[in-house]
Amino acid sequence: MTEAVIEVEGLSKHYGQVRAVDGISFRVAPGCTCALLGGNGAGKTTTIAMLLGLLLPTQGRIQILGEDMLRHRYRVLPRINFSSPYVDLPQRLTVAQNLTVYARLYGVRRVRVRLAKLGRELDIEPFFQRPYRSLSAGQKTRVALAKALLNEPEVLLLDEPTASLDPDSADRLRSYLMDYQTRSGATLLLASHNMSEVERLCNQVIMLRAGHIVDTGAPRELIKRYGRRDMEEVFLDIARGIRSGEVTP
Amino acid sequence: MTGISCGRIGAMVLRYVYLLRGSWPRVLELVYWPTVQMILWGFITRFLMTDSSLLGQAAGLLLAGVLLWDVLFRSQLGLSVVFFEELHSRNLGHLFVSPLRPLELIISLMTISLIRTLIGVGGAAALAIPFYGYNLFELGLPLLGFFANLMVMGWSIGLLVAALVLRHGLGAESIAWAAIFALAPLSGIYYPIATLPGWLQPLAWLLPASHVFEGMRAVLLVHTFRWDFMLYALVLNVLYLGLGIGVFLATFRVARERGLLLQSGE
Repeated sequence: MTEAVIEVEGLSKHYGQVRAVDGISFRVAPGCTCALLGGNGAGKTTTIAMLLGLLLPTQGRIQILGEDMLRHRYRVLPRINFSSPYVDLPQRLTVAQNLTVYARLYGVRRVRVRLAKLGRELDIEPFFQRPYRSLSAGQKTRVALAKALLNEPEVLLLDEPTASLDPDSADRLRSYLMDYQTRSGATLLLASHNMSEVERLCNQVIMLRAGHIVDTGAPRELIKRYGRRDMEEVFLDIARGIRSGEVTP
Repeated sequence: MTGISCGRIGAMVLRYVYLLRGSWPRVLELVYWPTVQMILWGFITRFLMTDSSLLGQAAGLLLAGVLLWDVLFRSQLGLSVVFFEELHSRNLGHLFVSPLRPLELIISLMTISLIRTLIGVGGAAALAIPFYGYNLFELGLPLLGFFANLMVMGWSIGLLVAALVLRHGLGAESIAWAAIFALAPLSGIYYPIATLPGWLQPLAWLLPASHVFEGMRAVLLVHTFRWDFMLYALVLNVLYLGLGIGVFLATFRVARERGLLLQSGE
């Protein structure tokens, strides 16, 4: 069996009586694109925050790239990265300044060359000198993705990567992510509400509801198992607690 | 702690320099208040000199006090306010998924606090020369000791304030401006600690600033550098800085337990 890049065992996060995540276990294989799906409050963002070390679990074990994240996160952090439309970059700094600071934090060599390459690839070069606060939501998303790719991460965690993008920009970004994964062999874990995105990008899906994993599998496998036409319908079934074969609409 | 990186500290200092460089009102504000204080106390000194034998002996007593007090105030503010920038910009989530360690953030905050204080108080001290013919730099080498001790005390308070705001949110931000003034009456900026009521004096001697200002008066009034004051201030500062760093790191852990790093700014 191939060693998993992300390995989670019995992971829980409790806030008093509230069980945001309750004893979940899963593995993500190298080079896989895995989606964490679930309705609001299902535990997706909490899980990602724990994987990144931003949030300490109540119990459980997280291993990324063979390292225990709770004990040796600083060995892992230079090799992974993260992007979310809900976590901002400094508003008053220009795009180039923001990316320069983060490139240095990640110890990127030849910062200018790296910035220029990402600027071209993500089409953000034209607004390098503009303050981050002056960008549109879609532009900010692309800049945040550029920040997430500065260190050419082996594991990329994305929280709703196309949430604020128009269909054209979202499509370009998905193509870029697929291309990046093909080139680098990176492992991607993303939380998304966009089911067509999940079908296109992901080869593994983890469905969460109320902090529990309720189903897993490849998108096609899930569609077949639930007897549905697409992931959108599968998502609705699972989010509403309707299991395959239990209810016929 | 192993693994502290100058590169990452430099990256954070660069982030704060970008911030400062990008806004001339911020630079102006750094110099503005110390200069206004200096001008005000300069005139008070002139007025009192006509009737005070103490000020006749050392005309710079009040001006040195106000400028050194501003070192303490700017040092604390420089650390806390810059940390608040991270909360306002909701940037902590990105910062702490990078390899940046909390101690590296602390060192970078101290560095930018030093830069801001040098700009602010340095500017005001330089202007005091043409305005009142008073040169703070004539204190000579002792000035370096006073300055260093006040900077470190400011950092300790700044870290405690930053920890408080990290834990309780930006609603507690106003404490950053008020905290240091609670210590002002006990610090003996303009008067000897002996002026305070007897029961308050032991408390005052627990502050490094009290030793610094007594030391400053010794230099200005009797032209003696008191090593004992300097040593007490140094020892107290080591304790308080350790406490400040400890509380900040402990609060950082609490923030990770409660998910506050992602909620900052709200």
